[in-house]
Amino acid sequence: MATVSFTSALQRFLPAPSVQVDGGTVHAALAVVFASRPALRGYVLDDQGALRRHVAVYVNGQPVHDRVWLTDPVGPHDEIYVFQALSGG
Amino acid sequence: MANRLHVGTRKGLFELARTNGAWEVVDVRFLGDPVSAVLADADGSVWAALDLGHFGAKLWARDRDGRWRELAVPVFPPKPDDASDDPHPWSLGKIWVLEVGGAAGRLWAGTMPGGLFRSDDGGVSWSLNEALWHMPERRHWAGVAGGEQPGINSVLIDPRNPSDIRIGVSTAGVWASTDAGGSWRLINRGMYAEYMPPEQRDHPIVQDVHRLARCAARPEIVWCQHHNGVFRSEDAGATWREVTAIRPSKFGFAVAAHPVDPDTAWFVPAVKDERRIPVDGKVVVARTRDGGRSFEVLQQGLPQYHAYDLVWRHGLAVDETGERLAFGSTSGGLWISEDGGDSWTMPEARLPPIAAVRFAPV
Repeated sequence: MATVSFTSALQRFLPAPSVQVDGGTVHAALAVVFASRPALRGYVLDDQGALRRHVAVYVNGQPVHDRVWLTDPVGPHDEIYVFQALSGG
Repeated sequence: MANRLHVGTRKGLFELARTNGAWEVVDVRFLGDPVSAVLADADGSVWAALDLGHFGAKLWARDRDGRWRELAVPVFPPKPDDASDDPHPWSLGKIWVLEVGGAAGRLWAGTMPGGLFRSDDGGVSWSLNEALWHMPERRHWAGVAGGEQPGINSVLIDPRNPSDIRIGVSTAGVWASTDAGGSWRLINRGMYAEYMPPEQRDHPIVQDVHRLARCAARPEIVWCQHHNGVFRSEDAGATWREVTAIRPSKFGFAVAAHPVDPDTAWFVPAVKDERRIPVDGKVVVARTRDGGRSFEVLQQGLPQYHAYDLVWRHGLAVDETGERLAFGSTSGGLWISEDGGDSWTMPEARLPPIAAVRFAPV
C-alpha cells in the first residue's frame, strides 16, 4: 500500500499520523485520509479541493504536477509526503 | 465598564484584564500564529480567527467555561462552470471581521475574498450569504491595496432590528440589507475616490471604505474612515458628508463610534497612503464631540517622538460606556484610555504587530 505522511508542522494544530492507503491518484489517496480525519482537509486543500498555495505534496520525492485536481498517479508502494511549501526567509 | 480586552496580533491572541486599576496580560493563545479577527461576547465566549500562512484560515472559540476548541471555518460552495470569469477565488482567504448578529447564537463573518457568512449556532457551522455573493456587481469589487482579494471589513447590525445590516467593503463601498441578508443594495452616495479616473471618482462601488462604525443608541449615525477621508452618514449609510475638520490628517484605517452619543467618534489619523505613518512621528487620536464639526487631537500618554505606529482597521475599540478605549498598532503598541481618550496608558508588554482589539462586553 502507499503511505501518506504529513509534516510535523501540522501536528501543532491537529493529529496527522501517517496512513496506509490504496494507490490510484493523489486525490484518491488524500480522500481516504480525509474521510477518517475530516478536519485535516481544510489544512491541506482550499475550498475547491485544490492544494493550498503554500502546501506542497511530493510523491516519491518529486512534487506533484497537478495541484488543482491532484491527478498524479500513485503506485502501490509509493510515498506521499504533505508539507508546507517554504516561503519567505 | 469592560474589564477584559482581547488583542489579536501577528503572533497570537492576548487577553488583558484590569485588576487594581492596571491592565495586564492574563492569557496567551495561539502563540506564533497570526490572528486576523477576534470577537468577545458578554457571557465570556471568545472567537478568534487565525490566518495561518501555510494552512489557511482557521476559527477557534472559547466557551463560557473557558474551554477552547477549533470550529469549522466558513467554506465557499463549489465554483460552477459558468463562474470561470469570476475574478475572485471561491475559497476562503481570511476571516477579517466577526460580529454577533442580534439573535441567539447568530454570528456574521466578513471575509476575503468578499464572502459574507452567517452562523446560527455560535460559529459551529456557517453558510455563505448567496444573495450578496451572486450579485453581478461583486465582480467589480476590487482587491485591497497590498492584497489580491476584496474584503468585507465591517458588519453593522442595527440593535433595534437585527435584519437591518450594513457592510463595508474594501473596495466596494457600503451595502445594505433590510431583510437579514435576503437581498442587498449598494447604497453609499457622497463619497469620492480621488485616486480613480475622473469619470469613476464618485461611483459608489469604487469607494474604499476602510472601516465603518455606528452609534449603538442611534444606529442611523454611521462614521466611515475612508481611503480619502472621514465621512459621516445620518441615514444609515445611504448619503455621506465629508468631515473635513479631521486633523492632523484625513487618512487612516480605524474609527470607533460612541455607543450612546451620536456626535462623538474617534480616529487614528496617519500620513496618507503612500507612507502610512503618523504625522510628524507622533501617535495621536482625533476625537470629535460635535458630530465632526471640530476635532481634538489627543496625545496625553501617547508617544510623541519618532513613533511610527500605524493602526489597522480593527485596531481601535471602545467599550459599551464610551469611556474605555483601546488601540493597537503595527509596531505592537497598545494603549488604553479610561477617560474617553483624554489620556492613555500602555500595559506592561511589548506585543507583536496588532491586527484587532476588542473589549468583552459586560
